Amino acid sequence: MRFLKKSYVFLIFAFLYAPILVLIVFSFNESKSRANWDGFTLKWYMELFQDRQIMSALYYTLLIAVLSSIIATLIGVIASIGIFSMKKLPQSLVLNLNYLPILNPDIVTGISLMVLFIFMKMPLGFVTMLLAHITFNIPYVILSILPKLKQMNKHLYEAALDLGATPVEAFWKVILPEIMSGVITGFLLAFTLSLDDFVISFFTTGSGVNNLSIVIYGMARRGISPKINALSTLMFVSVLLLLIIVNFRMSKDNSERRTKIERNKENNRYLFNPGRDI
Amino acid sequence: MKKKWLASPYIVWMIIFIVVPVFLVLFYSVAEQTEDGWRLTADHFRRFVDPIYINVLIRSVVLALVSTVICLLLGYPMAAILASKEYSRKKIMYLLIVMPMWMNFLLRTYAWMTLLERNGVINSILSLLNLPAIDILYTNKAVVLGMVYNFLPFMILPIYSVLSKIDDSVIEAAQDLGGNNVTVFRRVVLPLSLPGVISGITMVFMPAVTTFVISRLLGGGQFMLIGNLIEQQFLSSGDWGFGSALSVIMMLLILASMGAMSRYEQENGGGALW
Amino acid sequence: MTDSIILQLQNVSKIYDDTPALVDLSLNIRKNEFVTLLGPSGCGKTTTLRIIGGFEEADEGNLLFEGRNINDLPAHKRKVNTVFQKYALFPHMNVFDNIAFGLKIKKMERKAITEKVEYMLKLVNLNGFEKRSVNSLSGGQQQRVAIARALVNEPEVLLLDEPLGALDLKLRKGMQVELKNMQQSLGITFIYVTHDQEEALSMSDTIVVMNYGVIQQIGTPEDIYNEPKNAFVADFIGESNILDGVMEEDYLVTFMGKTFQCVDKGFEPKERIDVVIRPEDIKLVPWEEGLLGGVVQSATFKGVHYEMIIDGENFSWMVHSTKMATDGSKIGLKILPDDIHIMKKKVTQ
Repeated sequence: MRFLKKSYVFLIFAFLYAPILVLIVFSFNESKSRANWDGFTLKWYMELFQDRQIMSALYYTLLIAVLSSIIATLIGVIASIGIFSMKKLPQSLVLNLNYLPILNPDIVTGISLMVLFIFMKMPLGFVTMLLAHITFNIPYVILSILPKLKQMNKHLYEAALDLGATPVEAFWKVILPEIMSGVITGFLLAFTLSLDDFVISFFTTGSGVNNLSIVIYGMARRGISPKINALSTLMFVSVLLLLIIVNFRMSKDNSERRTKIERNKENNRYLFNPGRDI
Repeated sequence: MKKKWLASPYIVWMIIFIVVPVFLVLFYSVAEQTEDGWRLTADHFRRFVDPIYINVLIRSVVLALVSTVICLLLGYPMAAILASKEYSRKKIMYLLIVMPMWMNFLLRTYAWMTLLERNGVINSILSLLNLPAIDILYTNKAVVLGMVYNFLPFMILPIYSVLSKIDDSVIEAAQDLGGNNVTVFRRVVLPLSLPGVISGITMVFMPAVTTFVISRLLGGGQFMLIGNLIEQQFLSSGDWGFGSALSVIMMLLILASMGAMSRYEQENGGGALW
Repeated sequence: MTDSIILQLQNVSKIYDDTPALVDLSLNIRKNEFVTLLGPSGCGKTTTLRIIGGFEEADEGNLLFEGRNINDLPAHKRKVNTVFQKYALFPHMNVFDNIAFGLKIKKMERKAITEKVEYMLKLVNLNGFEKRSVNSLSGGQQQRVAIARALVNEPEVLLLDEPLGALDLKLRKGMQVELKNMQQSLGITFIYVTHDQEEALSMSDTIVVMNYGVIQQIGTPEDIYNEPKNAFVADFIGESNILDGVMEEDYLVTFMGKTFQCVDKGFEPKERIDVVIRPEDIKLVPWEEGLLGGVVQSATFKGVHYEMIIDGENFSWMVHSTKMATDGSKIGLKILPDDIHIMKKKVTQ
């Protein structure tokens, strides 16, 4: 039985990873063939870096991701606090509206934003793509911050005011540190979604401003090219590294936290031991 | 200044970039421009009632349903095994499921293009084994394969998440009271896993029924799902009226599925099941 | 005491990751007995219970139920039921369905099931709660549903894993009485696990004191309390003053530089032993009248008695008395021979 389970797990993982691995392997293939191995080469990687279209797309992808996630986080933090302080009915109205971009299929969001921009006679390009990214990023930021606000002790803010802080100071010194993990999660979430977005970007950009996904779509439609394989390999490796680093830091945090808790427990045992002294 | 007014800038943003666009689409779906200005019309919606377009809708729904079912059949056992005692301690298993989701969606779809080609890897392996070549690229099957491949982790994850939260002692209690493995699964594990299953179904069906990338890359230029149809109307044909009508129909389709899903959730959420 | 033996553990051992959880444990449990496994966290009491229930396997040794070896019998086939520490109620079922679960598996008729469930609900004082969702119940109510769910299957043996730990004091005391009454009226063998020695003393017919996977002592509550076999048991059960002493001869012991009459015998002459004296057995007398004495270091009012620490020569006495002595005063201590308990010195491993 255990063997059956192991083989099933292996099969599913093989299904999930084999295509990617094939891509990676053939990115080093001498010829363009997708079936026969004709020798090891790095030429597709060099062609990749010399392809101006791809490099420009990489630039725009990163730029839009960084800008939109920063702006979305700023707006999101302020909006979360505002929403959190609202009364039940208007709050749920605003929240339902807020979650619309998350719930809507991205083609609907993309098309509707494109219609908006054209209706407002804005030329499609960098600015419109940026605005679109900010729009679909903010809900995820709010989604990450609101639970933290709910978990936070309600009286912390009042305690700060009581001790003489102005509302702004209280925000910076008390509220922000408490919700910081939500802010960071929201920022990272927005950044990742922005990096990876295709559909919404596809409809809201123009005049030669492309992100990586759009370029890949264009190339794939025209047919297979080993340059895409090379690109896949690089992206896969970077994601892998990122996940390893994040995971490493998280487990370091956890083990630090654990030793701190253990040390505290030890200390408390000596402090609170009732009964007789020796 | 009351804190709740902090939300007003964002509310304005939402109105401009979320509410207005939707209303614009609604408007275009029922309006037509003539020499004297705009007038209301049902023409755009009427155009939809044509066997060609109805078939596109049916095909989208059917393929999405098939993919969802396959994802469920493949994903549930996987989630169950990963959540069981032998595997749940290995965090790496969780990472391995999550990682494909971080890979670019287009690249994942592109990967299958290379695999399924007539002279692609799969066929060359098959010919080595003297088996007949498969020629499924640019067919329904390729599109379903692409959907399952892309969305399988989205089915596994919520089910895994719910299953791993089931307290061990609840399972032991069921065994203690006389339940063998089949009974314990049927009467305790399965009902408790339903919220995850519903999540998974939602996270697969929605993107599957609205995709246009998978159908374009794996189905070919002539393969139309409702997503492709909408894209074509807006970008090639320039027929915003029809395109908007199609978008409205798609939004209604999504609303209907979500409604069905939440009703099912409520019926089985609390209380006894048998 | 002619009750037949219903459950036997023979030389049971279990190791977790290099740490022994149970070491060569042998235990006989009689029918209709209320047995408590008592000890600190990690002593092996819960492991023993889980092995009996079938959720863990012993690495060595045998488990016999009514004479038959059930080492390999899976949990769902054993005639034992368990009340779990955190109740483990099925969250997706209401109270009725939770309790009826075991009966439905046995494919009992609907009418019979309803009858039995209703009877159980009355027994645990929860009639009317049939349709309630288990999440809406308080801790005490959930506990009673867990007990009803186990008992309705009329098991030969009921296993209870620290069932009252999460309840507040008053509720806990009430449930202790209820559980004891249930056990006696239903005539079921109860195997109860707890680290609370008061609970064990008040409910059990027999207490099994465990530490580090080894049984330290088996006996009735009175035996364990009055005649602890070693320093661990003496220290774990109730409060104790434990000092070094020398058994001069039978009935005569020396400690704190003075010699006392006592009621123990059977030791080697001049054997070094441990002396155990309960705080409530020490009487406060004027300084001159006491064979022992000291200076009062602290006196805390505990409601039932005062708890006082009295510093004598090289030893701090803990005394429970309804009389109070003020801090800093010199006071005499008087102990009756009956209250001086002698134990063999603990062999350190």
